[in-house]
Amino acid sequence: MVQKHKTEWRVIVSRATGILVLLGGILLAAGLCNATAPPQNPVPSIFEPRSTPAESIRDHSYFVLAITSLIFLVVVTLLLYAVVKFRDKPQNAGREPAQVYGSTQIELAWTIIPVLIVLVLFLATARVIHAIEDARKPATAVEVTAIGHQFWWEYRYPALGVLTANELHVPVSDPAHPTPTFLKLLSADTDHSFWVPQLAGKTDLIPNRVNHTWIDPHQTGVYVGQCAQYCGTQHGKMLLRVSVDSPEEFAAWVQAQKQPANHDDKETAGRRVFETTACINCHAVDGTNGTGRFGPDLTHLMSRDTIAAGAALNTHENLRLWIQNPDAIKPGSLMPAMKLSDADLDALVRYLETLR
Amino acid sequence: MSSDAMAIHQGADVGSRPWVETLHGWVTTVDHKRLGILYILYALLFLAVGGLEAMIMRIQLMYPHNSFVSPQVFNRVFTMHGTTMVFFVGIPVLFGFANYLVPLMIGARDMAFPRLNAFSFWLTAFGGFLLYFSFLGGSGLYGAGNAPDVGWWAYAPLTSRAFSPGHSSDYWTIALLVAGFGSIATAINIIATILCMRCPGMKLSRMPLLAWLNLVMSGMVLIAVSPLSAAQIMLSLDRYLGGHFFDTQAGGSATLWMHFFWIFGHPEVYILIIPAFAVLSEVIPVFSRKPMFGYPVMVGATIAIGFISMSVWAHHMFAIGMSSYGNAFFVLTTMAIAVPTGIKIFNWLGTMWGGRIIFKTPMLFCIGFLFNFLIAGLTGIMLGSAAFNWQLTGSYFVVAHFHYTLSGSFLFGIFAAFYYWYPKITGRMLSERLGKLHFWLFFIGFHLCFDLMHIPGLLGMPRRIYTYEPGRGWDALNLLVSIGAFIQGIATLIFVANLIISYFKGAKAGNDPWDAWTLEWSVSSPPPAYNFAVTPTVASRRPLWDLKHPEDPDSRYE
Repeated sequence: MVQKHKTEWRVIVSRATGILVLLGGILLAAGLCNATAPPQNPVPSIFEPRSTPAESIRDHSYFVLAITSLIFLVVVTLLLYAVVKFRDKPQNAGREPAQVYGSTQIELAWTIIPVLIVLVLFLATARVIHAIEDARKPATAVEVTAIGHQFWWEYRYPALGVLTANELHVPVSDPAHPTPTFLKLLSADTDHSFWVPQLAGKTDLIPNRVNHTWIDPHQTGVYVGQCAQYCGTQHGKMLLRVSVDSPEEFAAWVQAQKQPANHDDKETAGRRVFETTACINCHAVDGTNGTGRFGPDLTHLMSRDTIAAGAALNTHENLRLWIQNPDAIKPGSLMPAMKLSDADLDALVRYLETLR
Repeated sequence: MSSDAMAIHQGADVGSRPWVETLHGWVTTVDHKRLGILYILYALLFLAVGGLEAMIMRIQLMYPHNSFVSPQVFNRVFTMHGTTMVFFVGIPVLFGFANYLVPLMIGARDMAFPRLNAFSFWLTAFGGFLLYFSFLGGSGLYGAGNAPDVGWWAYAPLTSRAFSPGHSSDYWTIALLVAGFGSIATAINIIATILCMRCPGMKLSRMPLLAWLNLVMSGMVLIAVSPLSAAQIMLSLDRYLGGHFFDTQAGGSATLWMHFFWIFGHPEVYILIIPAFAVLSEVIPVFSRKPMFGYPVMVGATIAIGFISMSVWAHHMFAIGMSSYGNAFFVLTTMAIAVPTGIKIFNWLGTMWGGRIIFKTPMLFCIGFLFNFLIAGLTGIMLGSAAFNWQLTGSYFVVAHFHYTLSGSFLFGIFAAFYYWYPKITGRMLSERLGKLHFWLFFIGFHLCFDLMHIPGLLGMPRRIYTYEPGRGWDALNLLVSIGAFIQGIATLIFVANLIISYFKGAKAGNDPWDAWTLEWSVSSPPPAYNFAVTPTVASRRPLWDLKHPEDPDSRYE
């Protein structure tokens, strides 16, 4: 534990200095990228992109950082020079300095130079905006509809006939044969924002409005992020997980998701609890009378690593606790405490654990 | 005989005036100086409250998965912190100084509409009290009350009755509506005062920059606060009379609210920062012993900021899925505002250049302002670049950026104003020793807190989350940020102690402790109720310089 803390400190200090030095004017781009990058980096840094939109933004940000750092250096040097050089000295006491009212040439200079800088920055930005926002969707793209809910994510793959929640699966995109994922963003209630920093910048999910974004991850792995637009009580635990799979893994995942629910005849007691309590008002399991849509679809619940929109790992204990007392994991979430008897609770959890 | 009796009567009056009469005097006052002081004290009260709310948030975020407060409480606290600091600290304190100083600086005896002035102060004051009454009345006492939890920009549809039951959002709406009417009335008052009540010889081109900048600020209040007030009325219609402006469940538009809010919200930050610019434009020349460098350009740049700031609002909305052309337009306007702002920074530097800089506390805060505001402007350019913004918006980077403008710049400017004009307002000097302690402690705390706060944003930490996952590289940074916040809290306590102690024990100020050049320093400290026994006549931008240097008056060059 102590050791872990130490390494975390070291990572943070190295990052902090890296970024400060950038702000201070020196491009440490390469250094920052390569200094710390374990294969499964849990830190969702915008400076370690794994997808084209995030990469273009990273490159653009270095350009903006370089220009702003230069301005910072020039102005701070002038400020410090003035503060040191023109400070009050005892021998000058009582004597007023030369009264200067202005200078047209100098003032013109410090108007025109900023205008030019602004133009350059504007053009550079406009190019990146166009490249990301107006990118064409190739025929090979995977299409996903993401719907924001208080406080979880619903994902639909209309072309593939898949419906899941909270953990987005996308294929890795080989630049030679790109298979990007294009997301249509909707909201079922309040504003949300889809933000996985290593894959793309934010795009909001707004009720009564259709938004779009796209990602083309170049490297397999799990990428984390979370809702970035305040959406209510549990905005803080509306986490995002994107699993970038190899093409084979992705195909297998799709195949598994398309299967009907796995109904194990041994767990009829748990299934009866599910079908006869308020569970079915909000949750759906294929082939049961549960068709609710307010909460995540549970048909393949056990294929997910986490529950409660990433707030807890999908373990037996957590699942049980989540049904018994959601506030222990995510206070203020819209999942009610089900107040089941211990026997019913255990049966229900056993049933849910068969939903692979 | 009669004069003796009068003297005795007066002496008795000073000793034994009942406190009810004093209170009555303050409550019913229409004197611009007293109202200015009321505004300032009111803002200090809410600064303490808003600061306390900041501390609660920073304690909660010190460690991942901390449970100091519940998510519900955290959401209320950040909503109240933002609303309080913008509407019930920022606006009152800048109106307070404008009220106190503008008439004195332009040689007038009061504001143009003294009773309107008192009316708008009390509107603003009750707005704040109404907001805080929500703690009791939000759900009624039987519902144990609660404060609004919709964020200070209250995005629809979180404010609709489906997502915000009870009355907490109504308190927020009505409080801002009431305070907004107060702001509009004060803006009209300041504009009328400046345009109509300048003393003989004070042409617009000779006005102190503080008056000029407050004129521009007031014009912006008129334009910006009106749409906010309209939006609040529309929201109330939605909530109670079945309107569907923002009610997305009935086909209303969530983005409509965003447009209404930010066309107020962005000019608003300039409404706050321009009066701080005004303070710098008075303090830096006096403590550099030189006139303002490029006065006409300074005025022009302020007006340019006023105009351009009306066209930048949607840079708060780069992530809502506007078209690429829409995004590009707002990139251009946002970056354009950097030009007049840069001119201002350079002109202040030009004023210091070749001067004889005296490092009294007001000047320290001005130099701190210049340093912080430079960084705030540069992170502003990063945020203004829409593509970069898609990563930065809604993250802790933004929180750090706007605290650089509001805490590191606006508040630094206001602190400078306190140290500079406190002697005029009370007749006593603030302690330099406590002042310097306050400055350095606040400066260090500020940078520890807000420099580091940028980094979690770059590492993917969104704002407005009541807790966060461990192991994402945010833990240690958040702890340090919290420590920085506590240091700022301690520094602010020292400041308040200085205000109180110096009021009783401070050195006598005299009329003109800083050897300054504007009219307020020509009268006694504190100034008499009528300000000027004889209406002054001015011949230049620095009337007191002309008086002190008859051999080399400014009027010769203008």
